[in-house]
Amino acid sequence: MYNLLIGGAAGQGIETTAVILQKFLKNQGYHVLAIRDFMSRVRGGHNFTFLRFGKEPLYSHSNQLDGIIAFNEETIQLHNNELSEQGFILGDSQFVTADSRTIAVEMAVIGKELGNPRVTGSVAVGVVLKLFGIELKDTHKVLKEFIKEQYIDINEKALLKGYELVESRFLKEKTEPWDSIMLTGNQALSFGALAAGLKFYSAYPMSPSTTILEYLAGKSDETGIVVEQAEDEIAAINMAIGASFAGVPSMTGTSGGGFSLMVEALGLSGMAEIPLVVVDVQRPGPVTGLPTRTEQSDLKFVISASQGEFPRMVIALRNHTDAFYQTARAFALAEKYQIPVIVLSDQYLGDSYATVEAYDLAKVTRVDPLETADSKEGEYLRYRFTPDGISPRLIPGKTRNYVSADSDEHDERGFITEDAEIRNRMMDKRMGKLEQLKLELVEPEFFGAANFDTLLVGWGTTYGPILEAVQILNHENGGKYAALIFGDIFPLPQKLLREKALQAEKIINIEQNATGQLADLIREQTGITCNVSILKYDGRQISGEEIVQKLKGGN
Amino acid sequence: MSHDTFSTYTTAWCPGCGNFNILDCLKTALEELGKDPYEVLMVAGIGQAAKLPQYISANSFCGLHGRSLPAAVAAKIANEKLTVIVDTGDGDSYGEGGNHFLHNIRRNVNITHFVHDNQIYGLTKGQASPTSMEGMVTEVQVNGNTTTPLNPVLVAIAAGGGFVARAFSGRKEHLVSVMKQAIEYNGYALIDILQPCVSFNKINTFAYYNKRVYELAPDYDSSDKQTALITAMEFEEKIPIGVLYREERRSFHQKNPVLTSGIPLVDRAEHPDALNKILNEFR
Repeated sequence: MYNLLIGGAAGQGIETTAVILQKFLKNQGYHVLAIRDFMSRVRGGHNFTFLRFGKEPLYSHSNQLDGIIAFNEETIQLHNNELSEQGFILGDSQFVTADSRTIAVEMAVIGKELGNPRVTGSVAVGVVLKLFGIELKDTHKVLKEFIKEQYIDINEKALLKGYELVESRFLKEKTEPWDSIMLTGNQALSFGALAAGLKFYSAYPMSPSTTILEYLAGKSDETGIVVEQAEDEIAAINMAIGASFAGVPSMTGTSGGGFSLMVEALGLSGMAEIPLVVVDVQRPGPVTGLPTRTEQSDLKFVISASQGEFPRMVIALRNHTDAFYQTARAFALAEKYQIPVIVLSDQYLGDSYATVEAYDLAKVTRVDPLETADSKEGEYLRYRFTPDGISPRLIPGKTRNYVSADSDEHDERGFITEDAEIRNRMMDKRMGKLEQLKLELVEPEFFGAANFDTLLVGWGTTYGPILEAVQILNHENGGKYAALIFGDIFPLPQKLLREKALQAEKIINIEQNATGQLADLIREQTGITCNVSILKYDGRQISGEEIVQKLKGGN
Repeated sequence: MSHDTFSTYTTAWCPGCGNFNILDCLKTALEELGKDPYEVLMVAGIGQAAKLPQYISANSFCGLHGRSLPAAVAAKIANEKLTVIVDTGDGDSYGEGGNHFLHNIRRNVNITHFVHDNQIYGLTKGQASPTSMEGMVTEVQVNGNTTTPLNPVLVAIAAGGGFVARAFSGRKEHLVSVMKQAIEYNGYALIDILQPCVSFNKINTFAYYNKRVYELAPDYDSSDKQTALITAMEFEEKIPIGVLYREERRSFHQKNPVLTSGIPLVDRAEHPDALNKILNEFR
């Protein structure tokens, strides 16, 4: 397992260099995890990618670097203290550094000789591939994925030049062949939505959710879906609701600020019983906060957003596999229970790349609102009282029945009413759907030692870091740690939590927020109190090593 | 008038309200166009006018205050076979929903937008609306409304609206005729329908409008934008009613490559090959 850092200013091509390198590593059968750390600016500043690869599955990034690929001197100054003694710094020969670990390459000169100074990234890719003993295979094909046609040849030359400049230095790990795919969390989420039958996506651009809008827009023609950029987030969610009402599986996506604008309509989905999937790719707040960074601080907000009481479900994505399968499941649950389902992701997952086992499309059930509809003629009641609270949903225009939706309290036909008895029955009908939903909640994932005494709890994207931390700690201490990581988080699945809490001598809550929102939710719902919380809210994802350090530091 | 197809319901409106005529004209227009009520979707936000979908046999969507347009256009995008009509008030359309009003003119989805414009807030009992006249005294505008009224038809033409009309609830035959043209228009069609509010607007009464409105002359050229802009500005002693501006523009469905096939989105089958292709792109 190796850790690299590729850094420089925005606009220098760090991202392209990173993805090309990632692809070569993936093609070698390596597991790859690449985390983006970037500033909210288009040019300048300091951006970098943590790139980890190895023959075993990877769960977290590391600040203990084996190599730094520096596009500017600042990158070296900021990160050379994270570099191991045997590590390398790859940079242009013009950079001034006294560090003996430096491999200076005349990248700018090579670029000039080849006729384009912007090929330095490809020189660096060539150098790095050689250092790690990776054979060059399908070079042209890989470059073609990320570079414009007219620049492929020159970049290939640059890459080959870099490859010739150095000798192999690191041991090449022997990898097993596996059917891997590599993608970002936001791509995985988008793909999951498409697999579930998404036909309409409306959104207003907002980091870090914008790449969902861009990805789906890029796929709209070939998949036959409509993607519409709305005038604001209020329009985005009301459009998604309107399209869903008319029979088209729909989704909207945003970050916390946009979600704040959407909350009234979230209640409309609940009240009018119109299926809806809403994605919140979290970033640090409050308000504008840190636009390009990560946090898990919207949990308590999304579980209670909008006035009044209505059923909803919240699913937190833990990793790139969840991002696909759980987003697809969100559509099925929204359709089945006719409720809003909120998918909680964050910048860390949304922007990071990982290799995962190729998704099994056969495992995803495609949502079809027309199929579930009962199209019998006669007096149709959109909000008919049924034992499970789920009324038959027809699609307007598809049968000889009228379909209604109303944000006012309504009777079984969907007409406005203020009748006290009907009000009570309608509230009970809607809220009652949650009781059935609770029966199919997915319990949190448990891992670690069976005879643990310390139980770590977390939700969403701290999954990987906590998993790595538990592995390290149990390896060192002979198995005293275990963890429960929630994916389904509202309603809160309680069975496994109650069971494991009985065994735990100590429960430690780990979250990327300042107040310990999961610990609050657990206490509120179960009475179980976490002994202590490890909280991080600087906008940077916690790593497995950081968790280990904090746990050893007296927590 | 009895309406066999679109039915008659008991309403919660005040006797003498302009909404009655608008509802009656709407049913007549739909019947005369031979519309199948099962393929009509009435959409509204919140307000007195927004209760209209409850009083007509058709599919109905009564959503949030100000947000009827986004829901309506998306329903039309989902199923272009639906005749989608937004029937709602001036507060809903121009106040709370002002941003959606502007941008859906630009989006040009083939829906019809009938605004019941009584220049006052009725549901909340008599505060100034975006179209209330300056000086109007209400329980909120205690010293008289100091805010300049919005001219919705002028805004709509300026924003690029392809079908912009004004009508009056007291001229029923004329209203039916304009409504039919609006429903038949391929694109976003706006009718700002002046109507009295008998309970709260004591200035812009039936008599007030009846005295001022005049139908556009038969030789009025609705394709001339300059004339339309000037005519749209008339709102003092004389108020022109009719189709102020009309221009054939490409609708949302004609502009979006996914929708040009004519098969409603709701009826489309999956693209299994597309999913496998995407999976391979990540390999």
